[in-house]
Amino acid sequence: MSATARASTKSVVSDRARAENRLGQRLVLPAVIVMLVVTAWPMIQALYLSLFRYRLTTPDDRELVWFSNYVTVLTDSLFWRDTWNTVLIMVVTVAVELVIGFAFAMVMHRIVFARGAIRTSILIPYGIITVVSAFAWQFAFSLNNGFVNAWFSWLPWIESDTNWFGSHWPAMFAIMVSEIWKTTPFMALLLLAGLSQVSEDMIEAAKVDGATWWQRLWKVILPNMRAAIMVAVLFRALDAFRIFDNIFVMTRGAQDTESSSFLTYRQVIEQMQLGLGSALSVLLFLTVLLLAWLIVRLFKVDLAQARGEG
Amino acid sequence: MAARAGEARTKVGTWIGFVLILVWCLLPVVWILSLSFKGPDETAAGSPQFLPKNWTIQNYKDILDNPDFLDALRNSFGIAAISTVLSVIFATLAAYAIARLEFKGKRLVLSLALAIAMFPVVSLVGPLFDMWRTFGLFNTWPGLIIPYMSFTLPLAIWTLSAFFREIPWEMEQAAQVDGATSWQAFRKVIVPLAAPGVFTAAILTFFFAWNEFVLAISLTSTTSSRTVPAQMSYFVGPDPFNPPYGQLATASVVVTVPIIIIVLLFQRKIVAGLTSGAVKG
Repeated sequence: MSATARASTKSVVSDRARAENRLGQRLVLPAVIVMLVVTAWPMIQALYLSLFRYRLTTPDDRELVWFSNYVTVLTDSLFWRDTWNTVLIMVVTVAVELVIGFAFAMVMHRIVFARGAIRTSILIPYGIITVVSAFAWQFAFSLNNGFVNAWFSWLPWIESDTNWFGSHWPAMFAIMVSEIWKTTPFMALLLLAGLSQVSEDMIEAAKVDGATWWQRLWKVILPNMRAAIMVAVLFRALDAFRIFDNIFVMTRGAQDTESSSFLTYRQVIEQMQLGLGSALSVLLFLTVLLLAWLIVRLFKVDLAQARGEG
Repeated sequence: MAARAGEARTKVGTWIGFVLILVWCLLPVVWILSLSFKGPDETAAGSPQFLPKNWTIQNYKDILDNPDFLDALRNSFGIAAISTVLSVIFATLAAYAIARLEFKGKRLVLSLALAIAMFPVVSLVGPLFDMWRTFGLFNTWPGLIIPYMSFTLPLAIWTLSAFFREIPWEMEQAAQVDGATSWQAFRKVIVPLAAPGVFTAAILTFFFAWNEFVLAISLTSTTSSRTVPAQMSYFVGPDPFNPPYGQLATASVVVTVPIIIIVLLFQRKIVAGLTSGAVKG
C-alpha cells in the first residue's frame, strides 16, 4: 500500500515538474526569439557576408573571396589607429569615471539631507540623449560660442582662441568629457549599491583598531565591493568600447578621432561595402567577447553570482 | 573633541560634495537652456558668454514650426512607446519564469541576455540594413521597434527578475490552494504586486529607445521614421562651420523635457531598477 502511494506521489511530482518546465520554457520563448532574431541571425549573416567581396552599389560583382576581407582590414593602418583610439577612450573614460563615480557614491552614501534632489540631478545626465550631451559639450568647447575658453583661460594651455576641434588631442579630450559626463551617474549608482552592502560594523571595527581613513578604504571598503566594481567596470567598459554618438556629432571622425564603431558604420552605410563592413563587424564582436572575458577573469568573480543569480 | 572635529569635517566634505555633484550634473543642462534663448544673430556673431545678451524665444517658435522636427518627435514618441510596451510584456513573462519556475535552460537564457546587453550594436548595422531592405522593413517604425526590443529585453529581464524575487510568493501558493491555476495565480495575484517593478523596467526601456542613435541613423532614410537624435544630426544650417546653435540647443531642450519629468516623478524607482540585481541582495 505504501509502495503504491509513494509511486503515485512521485508521478504527481514529476508531472508537476514537467508542467513547470514546459510553462517556464514557454514563458521565456518569445523573449528569446526576439533577442535572437536581431542578434544571432544577423551575426551569422555577417559571418557569411564577410567572406564575399560585396558592395551594394555593384551587387553583380559579388564574389566569394574567403578571408581576403579580414586580411585587408587587419593590414590596414586605419583599422589599427581606430582600434587604438577606441581602447584609449575606453581605458581613460572608465578610469576617470571609476574615481569620480566612487566619490559621488561616497557623498550620496553619507548624505542625510536632500537625497531626492541629488538623486534627481544625478539621473539627468543618465537619462539625457547622448546626442544632446554631445551637442552641449561641442557648443561648450566651441571657438565662437563656447564658455570653456572664456572660463578656463587662466590655465596656461588654454587661450581665448583655443580651437578644441582643430587638432587630435583637444578633440579627443572634448569627446571624452562628454562621454564621462553622460555616463558617470550610471557608474556612481552601481558603486553606491555596492557601497551600501559593506557592513558598517566592519568599518567601525577597523576604526576602533586605529585604521586610518585611507586604510579603511583600501583594506575594508573596496575589497568588500569587488563584485559591484566589476559589474560597473564590465558594463561601462563594453559600453565605452562601442562609442559612436559622441564622435559622430562632435567631429564626424575628423582629426583622427574615429572609433571602431564609426569605422564600421562608415564602411557599411556610407560606402555600402557590405563584405568589408561585415568583416569589421565580426572583428568588433570578437573584440568585445575577448574584453568581457578579460574583465571577468581580472576580477575573478562569478558574473551570474554577482548579479544575484545562484 | 577630536571625534567632533572629524564629524564636522565629514559634514563640510559632504556639503562640498553635494554642491560639486549638483554643478557637475546640471551645468551642461543649464548651458543648453541658456543657449536656446540666444537669438541667431547673437550666435552667428559669436557669443562666448554663458548667458544670453538678449533673451528671445524665437528659437522655440522656429522649432515648433519645423515640420521635420515635429515628425521626428512623433516618431521618437511612437517608436519608444511601442518598443517599451512590447519589450516589457515579453520581459515580464520571461522574468516570471526565471524568478519563479524551475526549467531547463534558465542559465542559458540569462547568459544570452547578458551577452546581448554587451553586444556592439554597430556590428549589426550592416546585416540588418541588408535584411531590412529585403523584408521591406527599412525606414519603417517596425524596423526600429524590433531591434529596440531585442536590446532592451536583457535589461528589462534582469531588472524584473530581481524585483520578482522580492515578491511574497506565499500569496501565490495561497491562491493556488484556493483552486487557482498557475496562470490565474500569475495574472490575479502576482501582476498587481509586480506592477512597480514592471513600471521601472518600462522607464529604463523608454530611456534606451529615446536615446538610441546608431540604428536610428542607419535604418532610416526619411522623416517618416527618423527619430529626434537622428534628425538632430541632420540639422545643418547654410554654413557648415557655423551650425545652427540656437536651433540645436532648443531641440535638445525639447527632447530633454520628458526625461526631466520622468526623473522628477520616478527617481527612487529608477535608482532601484538600475541597481537591482547589480549586486547580490
